[in-house]
Amino acid sequence: MPTALHIVVCAGIVPDPLQTLEPTTGPSGPGIKNELVLPAVLDPWAACALYEAANLASKNPGCKLWLVSLGPKAKLQQVMMTVAQKVAFELVPVDGPIGGFPDAHSTAAVLADAINGIAGLDKAKLLLFGGWESATRGAGVTLQLVGERLGIADQFQGVDQITLRDDGSFEVLERAEGGKHQVSVCASAPAVLGWATGNLPEPRNNPQVGMANMRTIMPALQRAKTVALDANSLRYVSVSLPKQQRETRVEKNMSADEIARELVAWIGEDSL
Amino acid sequence: MSSSDQPVEVDRQTMDVDIVCAGFGPATGGFLTTLTQAWTENPADPAFESKAAPGMPLQVLCYERADDLAAGVSGVVTRAAGIRSSFPALDPAAIPMAAAIRQDRVFYLLDPIGASRRSALLRLGDLFLGLGRESWVRDHAFELPWTPTFLHKHGGLVLSIGQFNQWVGSQLMAGGLVQIWPGTPVSRPIFAKTGQANRAVAGLRLADQGVDKHGIPADGYMPGMDVCARLTVVGDGPVGAVGQKLDERFGLPAGHARREWALGMKFVIELPAETTLEPGTVWHTFGFPEPEIFGFLYVHPERLASVGIFVPSWLGDPARTVYRYLQHYIQHPALWRHLKGGTLRSWGAKSLEESGRHGEPFLTGDGFARIGEGSGSTNMLTGSGVDEAWTTGVQLGEAVLELLRAGLPFTQQNLSDTYEKRRRASWVDRGAREAANARNGFHGGFVRGLIGMGLAGLTRGHLSMPAHIPPAPKQIHGSKSYGKAGIKLRQAARLAMADGRPLHDALMTARGWPEITYDGQLLVTHQDALLLGGKVQAMPGFADHVVFLDRHRCIACQEKTCIAMCSGQALTLGSDGGPDFEREKCVHCGACLWNCINSPDGERSNIEFTAGAGGLHSAEN
Repeated sequence: MPTALHIVVCAGIVPDPLQTLEPTTGPSGPGIKNELVLPAVLDPWAACALYEAANLASKNPGCKLWLVSLGPKAKLQQVMMTVAQKVAFELVPVDGPIGGFPDAHSTAAVLADAINGIAGLDKAKLLLFGGWESATRGAGVTLQLVGERLGIADQFQGVDQITLRDDGSFEVLERAEGGKHQVSVCASAPAVLGWATGNLPEPRNNPQVGMANMRTIMPALQRAKTVALDANSLRYVSVSLPKQQRETRVEKNMSADEIARELVAWIGEDSL
Repeated sequence: MSSSDQPVEVDRQTMDVDIVCAGFGPATGGFLTTLTQAWTENPADPAFESKAAPGMPLQVLCYERADDLAAGVSGVVTRAAGIRSSFPALDPAAIPMAAAIRQDRVFYLLDPIGASRRSALLRLGDLFLGLGRESWVRDHAFELPWTPTFLHKHGGLVLSIGQFNQWVGSQLMAGGLVQIWPGTPVSRPIFAKTGQANRAVAGLRLADQGVDKHGIPADGYMPGMDVCARLTVVGDGPVGAVGQKLDERFGLPAGHARREWALGMKFVIELPAETTLEPGTVWHTFGFPEPEIFGFLYVHPERLASVGIFVPSWLGDPARTVYRYLQHYIQHPALWRHLKGGTLRSWGAKSLEESGRHGEPFLTGDGFARIGEGSGSTNMLTGSGVDEAWTTGVQLGEAVLELLRAGLPFTQQNLSDTYEKRRRASWVDRGAREAANARNGFHGGFVRGLIGMGLAGLTRGHLSMPAHIPPAPKQIHGSKSYGKAGIKLRQAARLAMADGRPLHDALMTARGWPEITYDGQLLVTHQDALLLGGKVQAMPGFADHVVFLDRHRCIACQEKTCIAMCSGQALTLGSDGGPDFEREKCVHCGACLWNCINSPDGERSNIEFTAGAGGLHSAEN
């Protein structure tokens, strides 16, 4: 019998990608034009993580599922009107700013605090889920940083599948190049899983799930703690739209240090 | 086969609530705001105790078809009297894109191209105006020196209805009494088996999910839930599935018919940096691109403007592609002077039910009430619908509170004694009566129409032009009746069938309108527009919501007006000569419903427009 896990999904909210997103620079730094006017959606990568988490919880009795999300309360509420009909979860909202290019360290600190504050959460049973990448302008490292702040050493990225085993261990498939997966076995929770797309379709809207969720979501939103991200932790030298989406190659014989040095050099080239 | 035709009844989940609403627009916003405000004032009021869930507050749910509450479409200028009554301290700055009206002007537009269909009388008038080009005509536009008060909306607001809906929805959800669920189409009402009245409704059935385009169960099939309620509030607009089903079942009151329609389409344009147009500027136009086509320009804050036109059912001409007309409209010199150099940010379209009080359905029955545009509340004389819709929602909200506090059931009699009584005694109904025949004259020509409007407006509806208003299919003149022009239209249709070019453009070009020179910024192809602003999308797993009842009739149709009028080019000419439907491009404007010349019975369309998910995601409409 697999362990009754405690799954926490970190999911940001982002402007609906179907809108025209126009970069602009305001007094507080780079951002998206008219961002507050645009409807928001759950970050698509994190949404996959949520659906996978809900599926895992529904198939393993005793599992609990929380959704931790940082954003303006009104926007969080709007997003929940869509998400809450899909799967059952308990919302842990954090009322904070949205927009621009938030500092991953500041965001991670807020999220880790929120997770530490969840009543009844057993960190020994914790699986921290989130998106492998993000449709926000974040640096794509927030989930890892949250994991580090929570002291979780086992981290997996680009996850497409998790299979729980009766002995409490679990098998994880991480996406690799060429349509292949790296197979890992983790002895037990806690662990961080940054999801790719997973294998599940978007769940259908179920009004009964929505009704049940809203009974806890609305009070949670009313109690949401207000936070401010550290506005001075980052300075933006310049911002430009990405010219190159991806550049990959397979290296089997390089050491981690060599790979790191090359990455730093490559990033340096890109910023010139 | 549509889902409603399936002979096998499946097991459906059911849920009991107290009040369920179909559609979230201004009317439902007004209704839910009234309930929420009363509950907030006194949450301990026993009237708000749920009967569906004892021990809980009243269970109030609202289901909206669109994927987001901000996806509503309407360029709005409104007196906002009813809205301000609900929010006495309303600050327009709190609603994105809202502005107080500062300038309200009316222009008659001459035709600088020579393509519009103008009568000899109108051409004579244009000639006369042209003689005074320097003194009273500028940029081919004549500003009316005086306009009657019924056309003005002094003290009102310019709104983006998408932003307004989002703002109202946000406040309602924060209140905690009601739940609003977007992305959840309602397929039909649940008709009650018993009831004291002939008309009885017991709730709503949500659309099936996990079906193929024909409604046949597929992967992940989930039958739509039956949401049973003591009161069903129908506010799903003029082409909403629930309202249509009620009309099919109950008919309309004697002497009532829904025969007059218009398609409103607008662009949201970011004005050039050097614009001199101030927020709150309101222009109304008529005369171009066709005399019968009314237009507007509303200026929002942040250099945004809504610019659009209304193409009415009585236009007659089967070549009536609104997107193309709108592109010609914005290039009229009077508008282009301000719009040139601007950028198209978004666009949208919706059908307007223009029968007004003539199209009013039965407003109440056992367990249901109808509000908003679908209940015939739009005032066609003042060209106003949002404030009227909001107010009908407020009136129902007040009526429901009265009945809840009195412990009375939502019977037809009780709803009639409270909701209908309020509505009949209000400015909404008074205005609707005055406007009832205001536009009759347009069925006899543009000039007669203007005279009729003036008569009705200046005499408060006592005088108007008499007219026989034919069913919408009969208002479309077949291309055979256009002589040589009709032959050109038929040739264009054949050409489009042969080489696959969009029929929409082919027909308009055959009608004499010049090709559009695209600039990739403001003048873009119809297909490109689908990807601007809020892109069009359709969630998988729902059935096609546009269904052709008799395919053979469509193939034999010469005019293909449904294709010409389709706002999103979701209807195209199929290889068999009939229309093909692409759900992923549909903006749910509903124009196909009333742009069908081949009616099976002379009144109804050969197209069924049912409940569907998806559509435009624009938040600025």
